[in-house]
Amino acid sequence: MILPLVLIAFAALFALGLGIRARGGREMGLEQWTVGARGFGAFLVFLLLAGEIYTTFTFLGASGFAYGQGAPTFYILAYGTLAYVISYFILPPIWAYARAEKLVSQPDFFARKYDSAALGVLVSVVDILALVPYLVLQFTGLGIIVQTAGYGAISSAVAIWIGAGVVTAYVIASGVHGSAWTSVAKDGMILLVVVFMGLYLPFHYFGGLGPMFAAIEKTHPGFLALPAKGQSVSWFVSTVLLTALGFFMWPHSFAACYTARSARTFRKNAIFLPLYQLILLFVFFVGFAALLKVPGLKGAATNLALFRIAVAAFPPWVVGIIGATGVLTALVPGSLILMNAATLLSNNLYRVFRPAVDDDHVVGLAKMLVPVVALVAVYFTLQGGATIVALLLMGYSFVTQLFPALLASLLAVNPVTRAGAFAGIFAGVATVVALTLSHASIGSLMPFLPQQVQDLNVGIIALGVNIIVLAVVSLATRAPAVQRA
Amino acid sequence: MRTIHWLALLPFLFLLGGPILHDATHPFLLGMPFLLGWIALGLPFTALVMALIYRLDPANRPGDREEGR
Repeated sequence: MILPLVLIAFAALFALGLGIRARGGREMGLEQWTVGARGFGAFLVFLLLAGEIYTTFTFLGASGFAYGQGAPTFYILAYGTLAYVISYFILPPIWAYARAEKLVSQPDFFARKYDSAALGVLVSVVDILALVPYLVLQFTGLGIIVQTAGYGAISSAVAIWIGAGVVTAYVIASGVHGSAWTSVAKDGMILLVVVFMGLYLPFHYFGGLGPMFAAIEKTHPGFLALPAKGQSVSWFVSTVLLTALGFFMWPHSFAACYTARSARTFRKNAIFLPLYQLILLFVFFVGFAALLKVPGLKGAATNLALFRIAVAAFPPWVVGIIGATGVLTALVPGSLILMNAATLLSNNLYRVFRPAVDDDHVVGLAKMLVPVVALVAVYFTLQGGATIVALLLMGYSFVTQLFPALLASLLAVNPVTRAGAFAGIFAGVATVVALTLSHASIGSLMPFLPQQVQDLNVGIIALGVNIIVLAVVSLATRAPAVQRA
Repeated sequence: MRTIHWLALLPFLFLLGGPILHDATHPFLLGMPFLLGWIALGLPFTALVMALIYRLDPANRPGDREEGR
């Protein structure tokens, strides 16, 4: 059973090689290391933006979610698509401003727009709080893949350590160039693997998609439509809208748009990225096939659905290829997230308090912080447990709080003041923390409301608090608003 | 907002309206349960709408200078 592991190791080394090669011996300044000197064409930007959504969470999580929850999973297909529609309008002005002001990170954007270093620090803290659980997820995925695809030869703890080491080496060596080129390899492989599995499994076991879904409807009646309570239609609609707004608020997605050479890139990509989402359909098919063929996984173990059915259906060399693909889906987003977290700490926190330091110093410190951030993530990964999903949802709720202040800053005349933006984000994030830690839902807070209202995503409350505080404080602090357009 | 930009509301209406109006398994679409089939059809629909907006939006006219250049 050594063959799958050899293939996985080969994929990791290949990615590392590509990353080092992509650097091409160029001198890496801060702008070069973090945003590729803003020289990426439409194709590379497409891959960076598309590549981030095909993470281990999609590969293992979407199939596992289909396996465990059924129809609510379909929200993943809808929210990404609507996020791309939104991107047509918000990414070009973000890019243009970032280019004109030579920004390299998301907090830079808020700090410059609102002319407030304090706001930059707040956004950095929100970003880091959201990024760490996201990185933990990638490492957890790596552990699962190497353990299952290796038929148990390597323990998941060892796999996590090796994976973290490879991601770290990769980021230090190549910065964002590594991510873009490995994306090419990764997306090609994931396309082949997922479409193959998503078609082969239903046709091989059930004679087609229709018969497979009919069989599920027979054994799990109602599983393929949204339930009347809980993850109901109103949950679906509110979750799709909230996550679509939050999509580009992730600091690594936000900063990935800085890499583009022109604004038109984003408008063109808004046409093709929705089609790219179709790949997710095949991931769902795999999860549904697994539901009938390898039943019995519960809770966090549903993440294993894709690999369990792969091991049951295919010879070891195919499992190895699937495992190698899975490793790449963790490496690419993992490296972007890791690089962003380190840059945020160095450029957006350290530098604010030591303004005299130069770019070389900031890059050097960021590179030193890469292994530190990786170690923190490994620590949380090894602690493990069901709380990870709760942390990811918390991360999404965190970054969504940046949306109102961002949107206001893109208007010709920004009605939101510095204090308003700060207070709104702070109140929104505090609400998320309170709601998450108390495991509250709208139903548990206000049980007298109609069922449709009770099922709304709880993030709506935090966003509502955010917008109200932002509006009230902005009105109160109206006069001294200084805006740099 | 240019008038043409309002077309961007169509994907929202399509993807969210389907589940609101008909949250059901039947009829099957393209071999998939209704909800999944509907959302899957929403993706090429969205791409078409965005292609139309791209074509008609003066910001993308060839020869126009890009913002920030």
